[in-house]
Amino acid sequence: MSDATSQKIPVTVLTGYLGAGKTTLLNRILSENHGKKYAVIVNEFGEIGIDNDLIIGADEEVFEMNNGCICCTVRGDLVRIMDGLMKRKGKFDAIIVETTGLADPAPVAQTFFVDEDVQKNARLDAVVTVADAKWLSDRLKDAPEAKNQIAFADVIVLNKTDLVNKGELAEVEARIRGINPYAKLHRTERCSVALADVLDRGAFDLDRILDIEPDFLEADDHDHDHDHHHHHGHDHHHGNGLKHYHDEEMQSLSLKTDKPLDPNMFMPWLQNLVQVEGGKILRSKGILAFHDDEDRYVFQGVHMMLEGNHQRKWKDGEPRESRLVFIGRELPEEAIRKGFESCIVS
Amino acid sequence: MKEFTPSPDSASIVSVTDRVKPVTLGMAVTSVHFLGPRAAFVGGEENVAFVDAKGEITKVAVHSGGILSTASDGKSLVMGGDDGKVVSLDAKGEVTLLATDPKRRWIDAVALHADGAFAWSAGKTATVKSGKAEEKSIDVPSTVGGLAFAPKGLRLAIAHYNGVTLWFPNMAGSAEFLPWAGSHHSVAFSPDNKFLVTAMHEPALHGWRLADNRHMRMTGYPGRVRSMSWSVGGKGLATSGADTVIIWPFGSKDGPMGKEPAMLAPLQARVSVVACHPKNDILAAGYSDGTVLMVRLEDGAEILVRRNGTPPVAALAWNAKGTLLAFADEDGDGGLLEL
Repeated sequence: MSDATSQKIPVTVLTGYLGAGKTTLLNRILSENHGKKYAVIVNEFGEIGIDNDLIIGADEEVFEMNNGCICCTVRGDLVRIMDGLMKRKGKFDAIIVETTGLADPAPVAQTFFVDEDVQKNARLDAVVTVADAKWLSDRLKDAPEAKNQIAFADVIVLNKTDLVNKGELAEVEARIRGINPYAKLHRTERCSVALADVLDRGAFDLDRILDIEPDFLEADDHDHDHDHHHHHGHDHHHGNGLKHYHDEEMQSLSLKTDKPLDPNMFMPWLQNLVQVEGGKILRSKGILAFHDDEDRYVFQGVHMMLEGNHQRKWKDGEPRESRLVFIGRELPEEAIRKGFESCIVS
Repeated sequence: MKEFTPSPDSASIVSVTDRVKPVTLGMAVTSVHFLGPRAAFVGGEENVAFVDAKGEITKVAVHSGGILSTASDGKSLVMGGDDGKVVSLDAKGEVTLLATDPKRRWIDAVALHADGAFAWSAGKTATVKSGKAEEKSIDVPSTVGGLAFAPKGLRLAIAHYNGVTLWFPNMAGSAEFLPWAGSHHSVAFSPDNKFLVTAMHEPALHGWRLADNRHMRMTGYPGRVRSMSWSVGGKGLATSGADTVIIWPFGSKDGPMGKEPAMLAPLQARVSVVACHPKNDILAAGYSDGTVLMVRLEDGAEILVRRNGTPPVAALAWNAKGTLLAFADEDGDGGLLEL
């Protein structure tokens, strides 16, 4: 898979509420001396100052697929633009799609799942959400779009940290973690994040769904100034401690077992779950250990769309654990837990 | 067509591969059209390559970027580019700038009328220019997916989300909307002006009988239909998108309603482009594995024009007399076959 994957053009989706700093990040990416050429798909054509050879104005036209599934929406303009861009293959190395501040990232992501031609040429690399440290907490209360963007993100650039004090920063991070503990979070001023932290993440690459642990558990390895906060997050996630900033609407749910799963039970259960609850489930990921199976199985999904595959052999000494993560809105937690447990081989 | 005589009992397919004059264009190719005696291969960007009967190649620069859309009537080739320009190329190789989008938006679709009128679209706006008359524009509810002129009168079909708008540019307030949920890409009138067909984003065609706007659903494709071609007299509509050529019957007044399509020339590869012969009931089909076949509509008999083992066939066209077949794969390797 890796060979085919590497030949496909990576696509980074840049989201973020109005004024969070998307354009600043975009200009940083474009101006840095990385020797790469980007095709940039923006909205509001020509009205923002972006210095790049290949800029395409998009209309963010979302339409429903004719498959009776209301959450199965795609960006028709992206299908068209990708088709046009492929005529200029070789003129750019990667694509960045900037969405409007009010956009739901799901139709963009789903375009890369369902459109055969888009999928043939390009691969979704990651959804990067720029968030405003000063105003995000407010937006999470009054703007469902902002919440969607945080929930959907693989990478969160928490920007304008210079405009808040330590306590406020801790609060906004806790609110983010209450929704999405899995995204990589970077604190920045003027979006000064290392480009390697936002580009070429392979967040949708099945081969790279290596760890689906909450981000802050590892963040300790390289980031020492926020220990206090990480513990809150850690405790919250495992449900042992105080639930700081549990978001009533949007949550993540993680499931884990060290007993093997029955694939004949699990697969129908998972497919049925995303069919029935796909409107609520924004993202899902899993690494699975099946009964009598020497290979790890990995999957990921966006709403109702799932893709999965055997990834590689379990290594000697590697704990054969199954782990699943769902991020979504008003997830039926008990039903999901029960369903999952019924797939364990007893 | 004396050449088209496959013997029914031969063990292997009849091949004319040794009679193909190979053409190496050295550029990505997206379509081919005949302009006079020469084949005009349209590149992915910037250039059109003329190839004459001797196989000599002459490249002409037409756009300063990607070439997004083409339409031809055999005399000229109209193209829209990502440089926001609409240009035409004639058989002599002369390029004329026809229009420039004021915001330099992509020209997503173009169409050419038999009387020389032409149309193009950028975003949600379709524009028609007819002779010396002023340009006339119409905005549709979403981005235009495809354009086609009706064979009679100055009437334009504009495909977009959730349907097609039919518009007489010379009659104010004449736009008629034919609804059907979904995203409609390319659009085509039947040569007898009785039917309108769109290729949708999903792997399906949708059709309307224009007399009463009755719907015709044409589904069952494994992949999106990117190529449609009317057979002689408009009796059938040949399409890509499956591992056989799918031909919908349009010979009767009901079109394909309640009928099964013909499925010809099955291969272990997907049909990527089709071109019906202009005079006889045969067609050429290009496949995703590089194969090119000629197929007789009556019985599905096949002749091999090009072997498999290359990128998908992207361009395929007959000249107006039907004596020359031109083709090329996505990488610009192709050929000319004289019959």
